Amino acid sequence: MASNKTALKEQLVAYSFIAPNFIGFAVFTLVPIIFAFVLAFLHWDGANPIRWAGLSNFIALFDDDQFKAALKNTIVYTGGTVPLTLVGSLLLAVILNKKIRGRNFFRTVSFFPYVASLVAVAAVWNMMFNPTKGPVNMMLHSLGFKNVPGWAADRHWAMPTVIFFSVWKYVGYYMIIYLAGLQSISAELYEAADLDGANGWQKFISITIPQLSATTFFVLVMLTIQCFKVYDIVYMITQGGPGTATLVLVYDIYNKAFISWRLGSASAVAMVLFLLVMTVTLIQFKGEQRLR
Amino acid sequence: MVQSHTQKLKKGILYFLLCLSALIMLMPFVWMISASLKLDKDVFGYPIVWIPSNPRWQNYRDIWTTIPLGRFIANTTKLTIIVTFLQLLTSSFAAYAFAKLEFKGRNALFLGYVATIAMPWQVYMVPQFMMMRSFGLNNTHLAIICLQAFSAFGVFLMRQFYMGVPDELCEAARIDGMNEYKIWALIMLPLSKPALSTLTIFTFVNTWNDFLGPLLYLTKMELKTVQIGLRMFISQYSSEYGLIMAASVVALVPVLIVFLALQKFFVQGVATSGLKG
Repeated sequence: MASNKTALKEQLVAYSFIAPNFIGFAVFTLVPIIFAFVLAFLHWDGANPIRWAGLSNFIALFDDDQFKAALKNTIVYTGGTVPLTLVGSLLLAVILNKKIRGRNFFRTVSFFPYVASLVAVAAVWNMMFNPTKGPVNMMLHSLGFKNVPGWAADRHWAMPTVIFFSVWKYVGYYMIIYLAGLQSISAELYEAADLDGANGWQKFISITIPQLSATTFFVLVMLTIQCFKVYDIVYMITQGGPGTATLVLVYDIYNKAFISWRLGSASAVAMVLFLLVMTVTLIQFKGEQRLR
Repeated sequence: MVQSHTQKLKKGILYFLLCLSALIMLMPFVWMISASLKLDKDVFGYPIVWIPSNPRWQNYRDIWTTIPLGRFIANTTKLTIIVTFLQLLTSSFAAYAFAKLEFKGRNALFLGYVATIAMPWQVYMVPQFMMMRSFGLNNTHLAIICLQAFSAFGVFLMRQFYMGVPDELCEAARIDGMNEYKIWALIMLPLSKPALSTLTIFTFVNTWNDFLGPLLYLTKMELKTVQIGLRMFISQYSSEYGLIMAASVVALVPVLIVFLALQKFFVQGVATSGLKG
């Protein structure tokens, strides 16, 4: 009986540790997540009574030009940002892993754009890439280019502009992850290759790249998910425009929910986003099991 | 001799690449500072005058009166400190139970946390907003605090760290008659300084730079944070280039200070997240 009592007391102590975080977590995260799944099957404008919608919110997406543009743009954005960031961060990490003077300075500098607040750096970018008077186009002019890009204001250049900005902002973050990966490669592998007379490039291809495959996989997954969720960068560089040139999924969710108050439709788009992220997460899960 | 020449050449190329990338990384920041000290009409002067001959410090005086920047900074500071404090306290508290105590439903609860790490906030931001609004939390700072303070990520990070602390340490303390709360406060917390620092800087940077959350919840001027306040200023006074840049510099400084001070832990945090994956 006494031991039962102490066991119960132990349980209560454990729950008391969990409770402060869990109550907040349950109310403000778990409940809304469940609500999100239900909402996709409802019609609701936030004020009038809720009506059952069945699958109609999802079916309507097939004829929804905004949604289709958003889905396409999200994929284009991801397809552009992921490889560029991946290659950029890998190259930076490889260079900054060498014993060179000023290494710490260069590492810190590469990380700056990541910690800097987005609103501020986006404001600078918009000015620097101003099509008519920004210094970037001025420089291109003085280098002899006649047709300078219209950057964020041009239908074809808007997406590349958003992608360049994203790569600039995120490359430092993934560089750190690659640096950690590089440091875990055993130096003996390189020493053995040196004895075999391998040059730097051969070592990079046959040791560095394969040894980093787990890191690359991780970076790939993280980056892809991050790109699927993009909103604020687009909001600050192009506002989704011109037209629908840079409209992305989260932008569409925002517009549907808080501009036109079609909460069910917004949640249906959110489900599409969820499926995309879930697919990538499952691939990661499977991949990790294989790598182990 | 030939060897050393190619070696020198290689090093030269390496440094060239590095300096080029550092230039690309830093250029916007330098341009920002330079523009913040100019008159609006001089901001776009070309060729670029990097160091204005007549630095206009006036810009840094004017932004405080053109927009309530002081208010914005006070709001953001308040939110960031409260969120970071709550995040550290509640996550390390919960993580201790998940790592070192036995109780019913432990694995199921923890799975609940882990499952939501992969769930993007953007998927449930709409129902969350409607829920908060029905609680009457729209246009309150409390909404942002509730949103940010109980993240699954914090619990996960702290638990990973506590798992690495030997159980014998807790056992020994229990034999000495310490209760669990004391073990958490006197043994675990001091041991977990590196993990706490990592979590601090992540939470600090995230909360300070958060945009979409405050954009949804804080529409009243007196409640706005630096990020959305600055954004509002940029869209309203789009041609006050010098002032916009000065305000941007002011918005950047606190995060850069915290980052430079805690850089080591930040880098460690990012690095371990990669190794775990």
